[in-house]
Amino acid sequence: MQMQYSDDLIQSYIDLIKQKEDSVKKKRALARLITLIENGGPEIAQKIIPQIYNLTGHAKIIGITGAPGSGKSTLTSQIADHYLEQGLKVSVIAVDPTSPFSGGALLGDRIRMKKNFTNPRFFIRSMANRGQLGGLAMATKDVIHVLDAYHSDIIIIETVGVGQSEIDIFKSAHTTLVITPPGLGDEIQAIKAGLMEITDIFVVNKMDRDGADKRVAELQTMLDFAENIEIKNDQTQAKVVRCDGWRPPVIKTNGVTGENVPLLLENIKKHQEFLNQTGFIKKRLQFRYKHYIVEILKYFLVKNVEEIVFTNEKINEFIEKILSHEQGADPYSISGAIMEIFRDRYFS
Amino acid sequence: MERKIRLIVAKPGLDGHDRGAKVIARGLRDAGFEVIYTGLHQTPDDIVQSVIQEDPDALLLSILSGAHPVLFPEITKKLHENGVDDVLVLGGGIIPEEDVPALKEAGVSEVFGPGTKIQEIADYIRANLKR
Ligand SMILES: Nc1nc2c(ncn2[C@@H]2O[C@H](COP(=O)(O)OP(=O)(O)O)[C@@H](O)[C@H]2O)c(=O)[nH]1
Ligand SMILES: [Mg+2]
Repeated sequence: MQMQYSDDLIQSYIDLIKQKEDSVKKKRALARLITLIENGGPEIAQKIIPQIYNLTGHAKIIGITGAPGSGKSTLTSQIADHYLEQGLKVSVIAVDPTSPFSGGALLGDRIRMKKNFTNPRFFIRSMANRGQLGGLAMATKDVIHVLDAYHSDIIIIETVGVGQSEIDIFKSAHTTLVITPPGLGDEIQAIKAGLMEITDIFVVNKMDRDGADKRVAELQTMLDFAENIEIKNDQTQAKVVRCDGWRPPVIKTNGVTGENVPLLLENIKKHQEFLNQTGFIKKRLQFRYKHYIVEILKYFLVKNVEEIVFTNEKINEFIEKILSHEQGADPYSISGAIMEIFRDRYFS
Repeated sequence: MERKIRLIVAKPGLDGHDRGAKVIARGLRDAGFEVIYTGLHQTPDDIVQSVIQEDPDALLLSILSGAHPVLFPEITKKLHENGVDDVLVLGGGIIPEEDVPALKEAGVSEVFGPGTKIQEIADYIRANLKR
């Protein structure tokens, strides 16, 4: 089954999402662009993003991560509800894992977001991570930009907190919420060093359950501790974007009744004001776009490298050297030599 | 590269449970589809909005209550009114044989009874995609 698209078709969708007035047609065009990006990857995204990038930068992006069942979707719905009431335009991307066995996925997040399905200012898109390591990799970054250009005021990204995905969400969001309800066993132990560093706000959802206060106390203790140690986790480059002076608040919520959701929203607002006032926002954006570019470059470099190695005649000289066991010629040394040529050519 | 096929499994109307729909949703996931499940008590407008936003290749409507003669045509009509003409619409649940022709007339491509094997539904979808 091939993907069907033409440049004209893509163009017509782009023109539609740029329109001021919201309409069903515009929503459909948005949905189609997302499908194209999901299926076509960077090859398609490079036709879309350059045309809309100028329209982006408006949306506030909120990441929500946590274990399955912690109440992410329920809370997302509550949060969206409040913003919609304020007259804002809200878009949600809900990312769930692809089954490694079948390649299929069961995407059930909409079940919790029914309340506002028919609000014209609300848009929800379920996405399977399609096995990408990060769970929220490149397609999501592209989709966030499309939703931004669609003039969403708020973009909420829900992703299951496993493996790398919480780190990925941090690379995309202005404010990252980590949901840790009570009663999921000793999972507080599992709040890995990396998670501590990416969290802007801790949410103890299911505050109606036993152990909520205990969970809050545990998190506060951890935060006390974390304030006194130096961050070493290079993977998240947290040092670079660590917001000195921002201690992540710990907020108890009830996703079902909506209790304390206004308090949570106040804290999101405070965090965003903090980013703006301190100038940390700039650091975060630099960080975000460096990662975005790394991913794009990885894709196109790999493609280019394959093309060059398999079609460029000059490479054969190198291969010959390897085959004839010439002094200093082995796959690693030769790759190093080729890298040097690339570096000289492109980065000096 | 093979394109992933996206489906919505939706339950319109007032059915009290969704065990059957969930079994189908899981089965289709295991058959390699990306299945968006939207839960109980969906109005036709809810379903149409989900289709617009999720842009699936197929919509599987499951109903037990007997309201299909009204609800299925209402949904297909609303899809058409919103310009959605390339989504394969399928019916499932408890639907008497004699109701099927009218549903097909209304734009439901195929109806699958309670005993249908998942593989049969999967094969049908793959063979009849509209885009
Ligand atoms: N008791 C209680 N249940 C909640 C709360 N928030 C969500 N839930 C329930 O927890 C379950 C999982 O919620 P969901 O939002 O799907 O979690 P997700 O997997 O993290 O998206 C659902 O049955 C919710 O109704 C809460 O504050 N208290
Ligand atoms: Mg969820």
